[in-house]
Amino acid sequence: MRWIWIDRIAQLEKAKSCIAVKNVSMAEEHLHDHFAETDDHPAIPVMPASLVIEGMAQTAGILVGHARDFREKVILAKITKAVFHCSVFPGQTIFHVATLERIDDSGASATGKVHVIDHTQSHAAPTSAEKLHVADIELMFSHIDQNMSGLEFPDHNFVFTDQFMDLLRNSGFA
Amino acid sequence: MSLTQDEVFEKVKEVLIDALGVDDDEVTADATLTGDLGAESIDFLDIVFRLEKEFDIKIPQGELFPDNVLQNPDYVQDGKVTDQGMEVLKERMPHANFDDFESDRSIEKVAEIFTVNAVVKFVSMKLG
Repeated sequence: MRWIWIDRIAQLEKAKSCIAVKNVSMAEEHLHDHFAETDDHPAIPVMPASLVIEGMAQTAGILVGHARDFREKVILAKITKAVFHCSVFPGQTIFHVATLERIDDSGASATGKVHVIDHTQSHAAPTSAEKLHVADIELMFSHIDQNMSGLEFPDHNFVFTDQFMDLLRNSGFA
Repeated sequence: MSLTQDEVFEKVKEVLIDALGVDDDEVTADATLTGDLGAESIDFLDIVFRLEKEFDIKIPQGELFPDNVLQNPDYVQDGKVTDQGMEVLKERMPHANFDDFESDRSIEKVAEIFTVNAVVKFVSMKLG
């Protein structure tokens, strides 16, 4: 199963920022249930906010992992803040813009801004579609091999799997 | 930058409100970070990062919240901090008040050392 909620890395500046792109498509089955037709209203496909956050967590996670050449196992430890200003719909393109705030041996903090290009509003001038500001997200990551309780984890990096490395490679960053 | 103790407290309070999602009136000088404000291990790193940014200081790992002390068998025996462990804690945490902890020393009580006041004192010492 592929549990990656970004399609491509558009920009990656080591230890500074990462921009990932995700195209939201009606082919994604979860949109058929979120929200399904009822007696009261027709189907209303909306990208779940939790999956938008997951996409940002993956974008920022790659940024944090890349900062130390993927030697650390980077685990999302905390969403400090997630404020949404509008919803995301099929046909829109999400831009996850992650910025690294702090990193040390224990972990890292990052801030994220989510934007979308609303293609449905760009019929007249397809190249002039404006980006809408969707959300602001703050995240904390742990380097779990450096945990204070001394727990040990497997040697292989089970966070940055082949799927993530393929994504980076196909985006031209590995 | 010269700040009074009250000014440091107000800034620390904002840091804790943002990091822990607690209400303004919960952050009192004597409140403990874990017991009263619900901080978990990752929150300590968050707090350190935010203090560094807010006060423009560097806080090396383990300076504010000492690590690797309670895992050392020389410092903890039968669930209590030894004399040697107490010396190490006091040396590494000059910003903390150990008066109440001295009477019990159970490792479950160590969290009570980490109060808002200890953080304020730590920052004040860093700022000189």
